[in-house]
Amino acid sequence: MDVIQWQKQLLDHQAVMLREGFLDDQFIQLQKLQDDSSPDFVIEVMTMFFEDSENLLNNMKRALEQEPVDFRQVDAHVHQFKGSSASVGAGRIKNVCATFRDLCEAQKLEGCVTCLQQLQHEYSLLKSNLQPLFRLRQQIQAAGGSIPIMD
Amino acid sequence: MDTDHVVSFDPSPMEGSEDVHVLAVDDSLIDRKFIQRLLKISACKVTAVDSGTRALQFLGLDKNRRTLDSDDGFVGLKVDLIITDYCMPGMTGYELLKKIKESSTLREIPVVIMSSENILPRIDSVMKMFLKTCRCLEEGAEDFIVKPVKLSDVKRLKGYMTRDVKVGSHGHGGGDDDRGGAGINHRKVSDTPNVASSPPSILSPTLSSSLSLSPSLSPSSSPTIIDSPIRVLKITSIE
Repeated sequence: MDVIQWQKQLLDHQAVMLREGFLDDQFIQLQKLQDDSSPDFVIEVMTMFFEDSENLLNNMKRALEQEPVDFRQVDAHVHQFKGSSASVGAGRIKNVCATFRDLCEAQKLEGCVTCLQQLQHEYSLLKSNLQPLFRLRQQIQAAGGSIPIMD
Repeated sequence: MDTDHVVSFDPSPMEGSEDVHVLAVDDSLIDRKFIQRLLKISACKVTAVDSGTRALQFLGLDKNRRTLDSDDGFVGLKVDLIITDYCMPGMTGYELLKKIKESSTLREIPVVIMSSENILPRIDSVMKMFLKTCRCLEEGAEDFIVKPVKLSDVKRLKGYMTRDVKVGSHGHGGGDDDRGGAGINHRKVSDTPNVASSPPSILSPTLSSSLSLSPSLSPSSSPTIIDSPIRVLKITSIE
């Protein structure tokens, strides 16, 4: 039966993402907050996260293009990104943000630029890896199945 | 829930409701959505605002509005707990905490601080966290939670909210000063002797037993020392 296959695929895919560090335990916690009274909670939060992330990445880019660079401004954006990524369980992004903050504090422009590129890369990896996850979740829900939750 | 607005208010009527009402303050949209959901799942009514300024407006401390001593308009807007982010542009959570504790009408409301600072295994970040926690404790915060907030944290929070069994006690509670203000809870949280004596209407038996103990209990009884930095400080020093 399709639903059972989809559920297995979902769990497998998620397990890989957890193993690779794209997602951490917080993502599991997020899923526990979804229920019948809030059936699209995870997708809503992640969509919010995507929009927010794209804004922040743009802001960082522009801040690093200023002359002279205001590192506190850059750090403010990174701090926000670190917070939101921690809240949704985007593990790798959160870790890169931590390094990025150190570089801002040390005012290392080159390091910051490299870090930003890394962040952009991690972000697009996460987003593209989440798409099949969301698709499977929606398929399962549409078929009346329940979304399996890891523990 | 309308995510475009900065204030997200629970439309269901609160008059006579037995659910506790939490005011959440966080400049991050995602964190507001998250904390709202956490609280709602834990049977709390939630109002989420995006800044300390808005929080004070909601609480009626805005200078442009009438004070809470007037009977006007605040029926049903009882707040049982305020949970606020520490790091916010404009007014920080710490500054908000101070303003609340300075207010005779609001200082009884328990305030919990959330911080996004990671406790990295580095002296400087541990010290930063320690100092932040101390400041907040000194100002009267109930607890200090490291983000991201978990369901187990919310369970603990419910222990800080004591509710009169008779909901809707808009009158003047016992007490020397006339705290006036319809809808303001008068109980002293710090006098709460025992979490188990909290109104059973809010806490299911299983929830009561899994609640960690309130800070005013004796040190030997707390199994949650590792859960909260503030608990360590309270138990080992001042009290």
